[in-house]
Amino acid sequence: MANNSELTRLTAAELAAALTAGEVSAVDAAQAQLDRIAEVDGELHAFLATDAEASLAAARSIDERRAAGESLGALAGVPLAIKDVLVTTDMPSTSGSKILEGYRSPFDATAVAKARAAGLVNIGKTNMDEFAMGSSTENSAYGPTLNPWALDRVPGGSGGGSATAVAAFEAPLALGSDTGGSIRQPAALTGTVGAKPTYGGVSRYGAIALASSLDQIGPVARTVLDTALMHDVIVGHDPHDSTSLKHEWPSMAAAAREGAAGGSLNGLRVGVVKQLMLEGVQPGVKARFEESLALLTAQGAEIVEIDAPHFEYAVAAYYLILPAEASSNLAKYDSVRFGLRVTPDGAGTVENVMSATREVGFGAEVKRRIILGTYALSAGYYDAYYGSAQKVRTLIQRDFAQAFAQVDVIASPTAPTTAWQLGAHGGDPMQDYLNDATTIPANLAGIPGLSLPIGTAAEDGLPVGLQLLAPAYEDARLYRAGAAIEQLVTERDGSPFWAQAPSLVGGAARKAAN
Amino acid sequence: MSETSGANGEITAQTVEHLADLARIALTPEEVSTLSRELDSILHNIAKVSEVASADVPATSHPLPINNVTRPDEIADVLTLEQALANAPEAADGMFRVSSILGEEQ
Repeated sequence: MANNSELTRLTAAELAAALTAGEVSAVDAAQAQLDRIAEVDGELHAFLATDAEASLAAARSIDERRAAGESLGALAGVPLAIKDVLVTTDMPSTSGSKILEGYRSPFDATAVAKARAAGLVNIGKTNMDEFAMGSSTENSAYGPTLNPWALDRVPGGSGGGSATAVAAFEAPLALGSDTGGSIRQPAALTGTVGAKPTYGGVSRYGAIALASSLDQIGPVARTVLDTALMHDVIVGHDPHDSTSLKHEWPSMAAAAREGAAGGSLNGLRVGVVKQLMLEGVQPGVKARFEESLALLTAQGAEIVEIDAPHFEYAVAAYYLILPAEASSNLAKYDSVRFGLRVTPDGAGTVENVMSATREVGFGAEVKRRIILGTYALSAGYYDAYYGSAQKVRTLIQRDFAQAFAQVDVIASPTAPTTAWQLGAHGGDPMQDYLNDATTIPANLAGIPGLSLPIGTAAEDGLPVGLQLLAPAYEDARLYRAGAAIEQLVTERDGSPFWAQAPSLVGGAARKAAN
Repeated sequence: MSETSGANGEITAQTVEHLADLARIALTPEEVSTLSRELDSILHNIAKVSEVASADVPATSHPLPINNVTRPDEIADVLTLEQALANAPEAADGMFRVSSILGEEQ
């Protein structure tokens, strides 16, 4: 088959079919993505590391196994971009931090190991806010990633690298992590799809920890079906992660195919939470969201207004729980066993070395959150801050329980705005924090969420995302409804949303920046 | 407390210095001043959790509670000495090498 640019524009499902049919080799697929990365990533900076030799060797091995008649996974030979928060044996893993520059893990994260076992080919490690702390990828110690829709805009964060990689056809699939929206919000800002699975659905073993009661690994792609196919590869219990769930998960891909076949929206009860319709939501975002509700209603879905009175406390609770857990998780960067070491003048004790190392190795946002977390956990303040935040968590879970007694899924704009200009939130951390108000409640409650594109905003032509939420363990419900909505958006537009992304070839990228 | 204390005055420069010491992060005077201001503003925004956290609400530490996760006490997933030391900033004689643990005054 076909030239490189045709290969890179295939969905993962299409590419997998072509690989199975023998029309394309895994080496061709990997090479096409590597060429695409070489072509556009100098500008976009979605990747922190690639290793053509390692990727092509992995692809070659898939081709050989297929030629030998071995029965391979459905996605065998499909290239996969991996967020740098997941450790990999074949490429460095830094979590976007200078303190881990050059770190080589002796083992693969479980999600990575499962992807390799399924025959996916690691095509590179993607950029992210340092230790996943951020909503724009501007907090990466290695420089920001740009949004392929407009090169002067952020791709969202923390997983801006993975989202940009799939949006810009640098990879058909990617892995991300979502602690407060780091998969869903970048998906919305780049016009792609991303899912945060039920807490514990996917193993976090080998995921560089940010906040352990919130972190979840999940899939990123251009279509709902591709996201579901990737979800099926990484889901499941892992004895290496004691928080991972022992649960028989249904096929998410089967649910997505059912949804796309039509009819599944008839009678679906869709909750619209008053508190997620934030003040100051951008008009074009609101318009697209209301339009998508109209599409749902036309298919026989029932829209139910929901009151979730404690959601307004979610951001506050999150910015206590996350820093508290992060301050503890990041204590491991002590300059002893791995990572950077900076020895101050006159050497000093191991504590002096640790302090000097963390001064140099951590960026401003990481320092801010560690100090805040240390404060929230300190004697005399623990009950007022951390203790209260954990109670708010209970109240938010109760709000969700009441909501899901009335509806099957909850819908909201994934983010209150489209992608903003690089540097626009500079100097005001609270502005980034408040922007996460739509995605954070799901993490606090451990429930699954999905973001899919529903059009562009009239005022700036940038993508708008729809967030769907379901009760814990009901991830498949999101894929069924998500694929049905995606189908309606495709019919409305006459082409899949991803096909509207700028192609970024032959200097078009430069032009788009103006 | 002049310009180093923020709007609420809860976070002073001394507070930040103490927290940074606990967290083992050396900070420049500029960083101490910036962080005092920022943390005060952030706390101002997040202190509202106490408004609804009444005594009758139980705390949730984990979204989906899982209790008593055990495994057989068997040796597994062992790194070789070489693997364990491969990322160490400094190693000697098969061990992590660090500077002195105790200061002179101790």
